[in-house]
Amino acid sequence: MLDQAWRLDGSVALRPEPFGALAYHFGNRRLSFLKTPPLVDVVKRLGDCSTVAEALADSDVPETQWPSYVATLRALAESGMIVRREDAA
Amino acid sequence: MTLTAFPGHAGLADLFERGLDAPICLTWELTYACNLACTHCLSSSGRRDPDELTTAECMAVIDELQRMQVFYVNIGGGEPTIRHDFWDLLDYAVDHHVGVKFSTNGSRITPERARTLAATDYLDVQVSLDGATADVNDAVRGEGSHATALAAMTCLAEAGMKDFKLSVVCTRHNLDQLDDLKVIADRFGAQLRLTRLRPSGRGADTWHELHPLPEQQRQLYDWLVANGERVLTGDSFFHLSAYGAPLPGLNLCGAGRVVCLIDPVGDVYACPFAIHERFRAGNVRHHPGGFAEVWRHSELFAELRGPQSGGACAHCSAYDSCRGGCMAAKFFTGLPLDAPDPECVKGHGVTALATASARPVPSPDHSRSRGGGAVPVAFGSRPVNRSDTPDRRARRIRCTG
Repeated sequence: MLDQAWRLDGSVALRPEPFGALAYHFGNRRLSFLKTPPLVDVVKRLGDCSTVAEALADSDVPETQWPSYVATLRALAESGMIVRREDAA
Repeated sequence: MTLTAFPGHAGLADLFERGLDAPICLTWELTYACNLACTHCLSSSGRRDPDELTTAECMAVIDELQRMQVFYVNIGGGEPTIRHDFWDLLDYAVDHHVGVKFSTNGSRITPERARTLAATDYLDVQVSLDGATADVNDAVRGEGSHATALAAMTCLAEAGMKDFKLSVVCTRHNLDQLDDLKVIADRFGAQLRLTRLRPSGRGADTWHELHPLPEQQRQLYDWLVANGERVLTGDSFFHLSAYGAPLPGLNLCGAGRVVCLIDPVGDVYACPFAIHERFRAGNVRHHPGGFAEVWRHSELFAELRGPQSGGACAHCSAYDSCRGGCMAAKFFTGLPLDAPDPECVKGHGVTALATASARPVPSPDHSRSRGGGAVPVAFGSRPVNRSDTPDRRARRIRCTG
């Protein structure tokens, strides 16, 4: 996943909250709590970065934490919150 | 709604303590008017309140929900479709990115209306039915209401509406029909949604005769576990999680934390099952800051978001699973808020109820009549009102005037 291009799905709205953000998918009506500000930052950056790794680096996520971020992003992908981008990488 | 947290569900309750900027699950009862008189109605609906929010006021609330990014609203009543401006308000909400799921008894769902609904994005419909058969359903919801609901579901299915909801309040009389209800939902391409019977509104008068029997609670829990996320519950059965593995969803009371209710006159209550002065946080009409201010700054909500003591339940091995159960169920059966749930699966509720104080007098009440039109169910034997109390008799006398 690290070298792939992803983005937030077009049907998802992010609502800022004191702890991070709520993500709501208007299509499948799933709601996700993004419980930390750095995770929200990474998710927001995905669409503008050519790879997931670039988004993690731009958000200053230490490389030791990348595996856990990738696991979280995979789970977000399973619930349709983020989708693979075909335009790059 | 399916809820997930990243990373992990641990500490979700702590997030709620700090308060969300807006509710996740907002119910909005648009009118107290209803053509039915269900014996368990949470909002004691029947007559329209002359003071209900005007069309312009409702649109202003929707504007505010959009600003607060309330993703969707559950609209109910009463029967919301009775409002002359209902369909306009519905369009207004979805046009302003506030998704709508509305509850209906189906009486105004025509083939033409169903086609319009099916063609509208961000819209979901929930048809209420409280029994797989007419005898079980109509005993609670009124004669002919089973046929009306099925006719509405037929219209919705034929119009191509996908995954609309068939919503069932679980009673001791329909618990043996869960498989049949699932079959009905499947037949219409609908999703079955089961919710807990609360002793709220007129339900306070019928709860003792309708709530699932202790042995049926286990049956319900096993059925829910077996069916998993294919059946929706509005996360309303978390008191059953004390049996073992937690049920899917948020296993804690969301009142004032993630949930609240706006009633037809703009009063904001902590949850849809707590329409009572004790749980009124404010009014969208009377607060200069509107609904957002009530949600973010009401003293009541601050109290509900604070750490809960657990009270009598704190030392119970199941407390981490059931979190002491439902606040409204306790309140309306005369129990303190830190008492066990009246339907505690460990049996502590039965003990607590034996020494409960007088039940609170419901407020407000829009029933067309009390003890007149809505007749409690009589299955097998004539209902003997074992739980009659002086308080209850006095209220009945007051309300029949």
